[in-house]
Amino acid sequence: MVDVTGEVQDADAPHPRGSAAESGIESTAGVEVFDHSQPLHLGSGATLAPYQIAYQTYGALNETKSNAVLVCHALTGDQHVANTHPITGKGGWWPRMVGPGRPIDTNRFFVICSNVIGGCMGTTGPESIHPETGQPYGLNFPVITITDMVQAQAKLIDRLGIPDLFCVIGGSMGGMQALQWASSYPERVFSAIPIATAARHSSQNIAFNEVGRQAIMADRDWHGGNYQSLNARPNKGLAVARMAAHITYLSETALQRKFGRNLQDRDHITYGFEADFQIESYLRHQGFTFVDRFDANSYLYITRAMDYFDLQADFDGVLSNAFKDTQTRFCIVSFTSDWLFPTAEARNVVHALNAAAANVSFVEIESDKGHDAFLLDEPEMFATLRGFLNAAAEARGLTAHRQQKTS
Amino acid sequence: MTHQKRISSVARADLRLIADMVTPGSRVLDVGCGDGALLEMLSKKKRVDGRGMEISQGGVNACVARGLSVIQGDADIDLETYPDEAFEFVILSQTIQATRNPQRVLEELLRIGRRVIVSFPNFGYWRVRLLLGIGGHMPVTTALNQPWYVTPNIHFCTVSDFLNLCDEMNVQIDKAYALSRTGKSYSFRRPVIFANLLAEEAILQLSR
Repeated sequence: MVDVTGEVQDADAPHPRGSAAESGIESTAGVEVFDHSQPLHLGSGATLAPYQIAYQTYGALNETKSNAVLVCHALTGDQHVANTHPITGKGGWWPRMVGPGRPIDTNRFFVICSNVIGGCMGTTGPESIHPETGQPYGLNFPVITITDMVQAQAKLIDRLGIPDLFCVIGGSMGGMQALQWASSYPERVFSAIPIATAARHSSQNIAFNEVGRQAIMADRDWHGGNYQSLNARPNKGLAVARMAAHITYLSETALQRKFGRNLQDRDHITYGFEADFQIESYLRHQGFTFVDRFDANSYLYITRAMDYFDLQADFDGVLSNAFKDTQTRFCIVSFTSDWLFPTAEARNVVHALNAAAANVSFVEIESDKGHDAFLLDEPEMFATLRGFLNAAAEARGLTAHRQQKTS
Repeated sequence: MTHQKRISSVARADLRLIADMVTPGSRVLDVGCGDGALLEMLSKKKRVDGRGMEISQGGVNACVARGLSVIQGDADIDLETYPDEAFEFVILSQTIQATRNPQRVLEELLRIGRRVIVSFPNFGYWRVRLLLGIGGHMPVTTALNQPWYVTPNIHFCTVSDFLNLCDEMNVQIDKAYALSRTGKSYSFRRPVIFANLLAEEAILQLSR
């Protein structure tokens, strides 16, 4: 297997490599259960009850409960944003962003990250047991939307006794949630940082998701989604889905720089179908390790939620109406080499926010690392977000303190 | 060195004059806000709700890192995304001569702001006239400090030209200041024959 250390990583995996990422920081795990009396009314018209939400918190909530930051994870991320991951044993997926002295400073803010509805790390999803049948939901799990994920997070925030959030931040699908939060609960979001995201999933992105889903469903071990009951796992299909998606998180430049046409542990091509090239070996590794920590049906459901996301359509085709009279402070971030969520998508959101006369900052970060860049060491992103968060904290009356020394 | 100093003293005077025109606590958009110096001054001294638009990404990122609300955008294109009367003041400092369509930009500014503050280098300034008229060269002065092949400025005008455009567009001039080479300022009225000759730079507050 190729040594996969270095800057080419995947956008969602909770185990980025690098010096800062090897060990996680202190955190508290929690699970909140919502019974039949508190069903989740889903966008599809279905209801989900009971359900539970698994989450991690970092830092301490202040007396006025004004310093809470909600971090929203991407497609295959989870709640372990900055602590050691229970399955992989690696540090969290965003250690450079969240931690003591980091832009989202856990000495200053109370950070919450929850596994999304439909996920597979403790929050109710297709892997969970259907209370009526006693069997795993499988494809009997209702289709969920980004709005449903956000609604569930709002219930969690209610349960934690937090009236409003200082900030909602996320990249990729996490950015969709940040936008949805600002639209659904404007009075509960003081600031929002949607990164490398869009107000609706593009045709190309739906296409990539469909390839992934078809790969899973073509695996004979998928069994119409019923694999759990049959003690099977569609690992091959899920791995292929992951491999295909992973390419979209990178950039041609980054792949060429890292792998080029280098051969894997051999001096010559073998005239066969083994992984001759390092890039093949790298992708296979990404696929194989992914299946250990992710459920195939969850992958179907969560990619579907992204496909269905279209904030503009929810407001009669006028995106600015999603943010009408908003008081939220926005910071939109995009990356020059991100071809999954290109800058044009960010600009579309910025224009809508302008039309709503919103308080908005917009930075495009120069990077050749593709969509993944938001998880990587991008000093300019950290510098701008630090500035944005400090100004927002000042506007909210949160005092600056010791984090200044460690930054 | 002295050249540098003079630029900054005029620039500082420009920012100070503009800042003086802005009502404390008002909502302000600075179009072409550069590295955010004016916005920061307005935020700190006038407690305004300030926003900025800047064409260079480097400038935008510097502004956001300073805690200012700034987006990357082009005055020729992106002003149309703002609603009518979104701001009490819209500022266009030393930028209008670099836009592709100054008249349309001015229309947009007057639409989205109740009051518009515009500052620009005066091409009727006597030194400019001498450099071009006698010297036979495109002028390089403190306000126009780059040679023709580098400058982003593509639409030069004199104070008099600008006022003519305002008349044509039925725009009211609420305040008018001339700025000298040393950064001294004085208000002027029509006829503008002296200001047109002596102002290195003009700063106007407009409304409809």
